[in-house]
Amino acid sequence: MTENTPQGASSAHESAVADLAMRRGLLQGRPGRVNAGLSRRDALRFGGLAAAGLGLAACGVSGAGKHVALSKVAQEAEKFWAKQKKHGHVNFANWPLYIDTNHQTLKLFTQATGITVNYQEVIQDDPSWFAKVDPEIRAGQYIGYDIMVITDGFQWSDFVALGEYTPLNQKMMTNFYKYAAPKFKNRSFDPGNTYGMPWASGSTGIAWNPKYIKDPITSINSLWDPKYAGHVGMMSDIQEIGNFGLYKIGVEPEKSGPSDWRKAAAVLKQQKSDGIVRQYYDQSYINALAKGDTWITMAWSGDIFQQNLSSGTNLQFVVPEEGGTIWTDNMTIPKYAQNPVDAMMLMDWFYRPEIAAMLTEAIEYITAVPSVQGIIAADAAKATGSDKATLQEVATSPLVWLSAADYARLHNYVDVNGAAQQTYSSIFEPVVAG
Amino acid sequence: MSKLRSRLVPYLLILPGGFWLAVFFAAPLIFLISMSIQTGNVTSGFTVTWHFAEYWLGLKGYSQQFLHSLYYGGAATALCILLSYPTAYWIAFKGGTRKTTYLFLILLPFFVSFVLRTISWQYILADNGLVLGPLKSAGLLPENFRILATTGAVIGGLTYNYLPFMVLPIYVALERIDFRVVEAAHDLYANKFEAFRRVVLPLSLPGVFAGVLLNFVPAASDYVNAQVLGGPNNTMIGNIIQDQYLYNTDYPMGAALSFTLMAFLLIGIFAYARALGTENVLEAAAA
Repeated sequence: MTENTPQGASSAHESAVADLAMRRGLLQGRPGRVNAGLSRRDALRFGGLAAAGLGLAACGVSGAGKHVALSKVAQEAEKFWAKQKKHGHVNFANWPLYIDTNHQTLKLFTQATGITVNYQEVIQDDPSWFAKVDPEIRAGQYIGYDIMVITDGFQWSDFVALGEYTPLNQKMMTNFYKYAAPKFKNRSFDPGNTYGMPWASGSTGIAWNPKYIKDPITSINSLWDPKYAGHVGMMSDIQEIGNFGLYKIGVEPEKSGPSDWRKAAAVLKQQKSDGIVRQYYDQSYINALAKGDTWITMAWSGDIFQQNLSSGTNLQFVVPEEGGTIWTDNMTIPKYAQNPVDAMMLMDWFYRPEIAAMLTEAIEYITAVPSVQGIIAADAAKATGSDKATLQEVATSPLVWLSAADYARLHNYVDVNGAAQQTYSSIFEPVVAG
Repeated sequence: MSKLRSRLVPYLLILPGGFWLAVFFAAPLIFLISMSIQTGNVTSGFTVTWHFAEYWLGLKGYSQQFLHSLYYGGAATALCILLSYPTAYWIAFKGGTRKTTYLFLILLPFFVSFVLRTISWQYILADNGLVLGPLKSAGLLPENFRILATTGAVIGGLTYNYLPFMVLPIYVALERIDFRVVEAAHDLYANKFEAFRRVVLPLSLPGVFAGVLLNFVPAASDYVNAQVLGGPNNTMIGNIIQDQYLYNTDYPMGAALSFTLMAFLLIGIFAYARALGTENVLEAAAA
């Protein structure tokens, strides 16, 4: 009824029932039906009250209901995929700065398959993306995209719990199963790659602008350094910022509980009330850093590399010694996608080693295809000039090819569901809320 | 028969308007009230539990943001009056044949999207941007000086964005004044200032009132300016409501906060109408 209110229900049927009930409530309150003994004003007043009363009770929003076993999902998926056909077009929703700048990888795909790709950089962060598409999927609508890239985190779990992903067609993942590293085929949040194939992994660490900060940054404490007051950027994502609060107080996110979260939130609030934080940023943190509004900021590894490449800045990135965060963004197919076959073909396309190499060269995030390193090194040997230096950097970058020591310092997001997730949110939300 | 018809006619007349209100105002409103007393989460669903404590929690948790909204909205409205009144006065009485041109110029920024206009300020006022960059390198400002991410930036942004909503109603009210009443005041030995204070100003007050209404309500519930121009301590209640809906999917809290804001604004407006002696709020707004 309004743009912002969720009117969905777990199924279209339930939502229709709720709507009907609500309409019924309104009709009974319509003034014309009230007997003439009442004044017009009374009639309107009572009508309104009756409508309100009935309406209030009628507008619940239903949730997911029951947990569905994976074997059941696989059966349903088989039936679903048997009916699907290639359409020659696919709509791809991704995050900004997350593909080769001239989209060569997609052009080659169109040449090879005849499928055109509408690539849009519409995802700013997971929570707002979830809040935007969840009501549409609940209402049984196509969200306009056949592929969306979702991070392993709270929203990933919510999408799974609500059944809002289309299970992947395992038969169309030949490149993936052939070339992806075992680590990416066996992930706790997505057993059997039922719903997702990694787009890229990366780490969240600290970036700084050497124009303003001369000493190299190594510690998380620099984000709390009064020297940089008013020029420190923090992320608005509560999972990102929660982890950083935990590193600051020396607790591993995987082992943390509500009491640790409260302590972490307290140091983050202190950082804010001391005037150290410039702003809590979404993806726009990178602009703020490049413009000089922030000098030091929480950052995603690959963004910094891309920013330096595209505008010649010399921004630096480090995984703080106290710890950093590792995450994986996954290509998924939302429920009610109209071109699922084309989506599967494109997703598997990115697992051809030469395509994966092109992507990695451009975005410098961690790839799921190990053979890419050799390809990039070979490209670097062939290249000349500044390209050569860049490619060599990618081929050897410690941000892309993490060592065992790096992995030891990197942690996942706090992984909790249901009520614990609400507790987590209620603790960290006030930090970024102002 | 005719008696029945005459009884029905008023209801029939009210039907189109009533239907419009029911569908586009009452229904969403009822949905919102209902939402505000539900509990649950997005995966398990929300159900009506008559959880009125949500309002108290919202008020307690976000009192700071409510105050920001009222403060920034009020300050921006006051600034708008100060800037608009002379402008409107000048256009109405000294504008001559070019009045429409001047009004068009006032409206011109509206041809650019609201968000775009605000974001362009972000670039102009950036710490090392077009304005501050040269001043800093010339040593006129300390390296740490900034405009963005301050209270002033938010109020400035609000004032800038809502200014035309103040100029236009004041202009309309002034334009309507029959200049002969001013001449009459002069005939009765009023000097220029007295004539303004006793004749022009009172006659233009309905315009100011309408302007305040058109400014304060959207300015207090605005969330773009605080988001784009403000810092982490400049959050307004509109930002929180937006976050609750579009980020946290905590719909009950979002709805409860929306209602609380609505209540504050309505109370404020009626109190204001009372104080100003304008009996009929709607009449003033329509003027």
